[in-house]
Amino acid sequence: MQPSTGYTIGFAAAVCVVCSIFVSGSAVALKDRQEQNKVLDRQKKVLAVSGLIEDGASPSPEEVQKIFDERIKAVAVDMETDKVTDAVDVATYDQRKADKDPALSIEVEANKAKVTRMAKVSTVYHVVDEAGNVEQIILPIRGPGLWSTLRGYLSVQSDGNTVQGITFYEHAETPGLGGEVDNPGWKAGWKGRKVYDDQGDVALEVIKGKAGPPSEEPFQIDGLSGATITANGVTHTLDFWLGEQGFKPYLENFRSGGA
Amino acid sequence: MAAPRSAVLNKQQREALVDPLFNNNPIALQVLGICSALAVTTKLETALVMSAALTAVLCGSNVAVSLIRNYIPSSIRIVVQLTIIASLVIITDQVLKAFLFDVSKQLSVFVGLIITNCIVMGRAEAYAMQNGPVLSFFDAVGNSLGYSLVLIIVAFFRELLGGGKLLGVQLLPLYTEGGWYNPNGLMVLAPGAFFIIGFLIWGLRTWKPEQVEAY
Repeated sequence: MQPSTGYTIGFAAAVCVVCSIFVSGSAVALKDRQEQNKVLDRQKKVLAVSGLIEDGASPSPEEVQKIFDERIKAVAVDMETDKVTDAVDVATYDQRKADKDPALSIEVEANKAKVTRMAKVSTVYHVVDEAGNVEQIILPIRGPGLWSTLRGYLSVQSDGNTVQGITFYEHAETPGLGGEVDNPGWKAGWKGRKVYDDQGDVALEVIKGKAGPPSEEPFQIDGLSGATITANGVTHTLDFWLGEQGFKPYLENFRSGGA
Repeated sequence: MAAPRSAVLNKQQREALVDPLFNNNPIALQVLGICSALAVTTKLETALVMSAALTAVLCGSNVAVSLIRNYIPSSIRIVVQLTIIASLVIITDQVLKAFLFDVSKQLSVFVGLIITNCIVMGRAEAYAMQNGPVLSFFDAVGNSLGYSLVLIIVAFFRELLGGGKLLGVQLLPLYTEGGWYNPNGLMVLAPGAFFIIGFLIWGLRTWKPEQVEAY
């Protein structure tokens, strides 16, 4: 016997209600833990990109917190004046929200990194030594891969030109192909490369094939085989975030002591 | 209950549990779930977590579907199965994100893709809709083990041959780091998994010739 339409709809509704209770219950119950993991992961990435902890090492949450507190100073950079601002409190500032909020973000010119809006204020991390001198500047970057937006950090040394490292904390690229942006071997190839050529343009790019040592090929990064779109996305990301609309003016201000 | 129970499990339960391991392996015989078998097997660790995730989802969905099998209107049964499976997958993903954050990042979309894993829906539709919850549970465990077995074998060879490591521990010293082992790059790429699964199926069908399809 065919069940009545009313029964069928009622059954479907009941299944939906029960399932949604379970799903939302688990999401709410586990949210705090997940947020903690995310913050810790972010801090770990900042430490890894600056070389303060070894890439792939798993220090305890307390250690991470300790090194982070001692050596990392978060500053807020106004993307319009390209100077450090105290308009926001970096401890509570949610840049990701601000990126999308029309009141807190600015529209940017069309670019290959597919960034349409960016927050007026951006959190940048300074790596400081014991005397308080800035050793590295860690810039947040984001750009398109094949499947997803890659979000990560690029660390440059205090000359504003030499790359210390790169790391991505969030992406959904294919494991084994585009996902190789997480490969420590690949990331190690970034150290010592230069961002800007003599004209001051961004010259750093991911090439096809293998790049020579930084002394010979200062602007080339090893390609990712099987992941051309991800690799190109990384190049576009660098172009944008290190360019005029990105952090280039800030890095110049920093170098001349004006930031 | 005519016949006395001779063992912990009766014959039917044992069959549901053991059959999918070799006789009716979801990957090797039915060639289902290949997508994730290729994607998450570059490392043993991700393969183990993926196996656990699939086991949890499959057991949950088989038991849940079996419990309500007599009430599901047949016109919407696939949708109902999918809703249950999708909910379980989301919960599994949330749990992984909360407790195994690093691994869950490596697995990325593939936990979510368990929803479309043919094994889970296949067992719900083909088995749980006709059998009681206890039998369905054993069927789920059996099929999960069959899936896990293949995943772990594939991951074992891919991680060992592709990087000289097992569970992240360097066993074969790489020549790039002064050892003797030259890692096989093919194993890290998806085709490497195809070769290993191919060899597995070949081996299995030589051992059990009745699995060879008739032409």
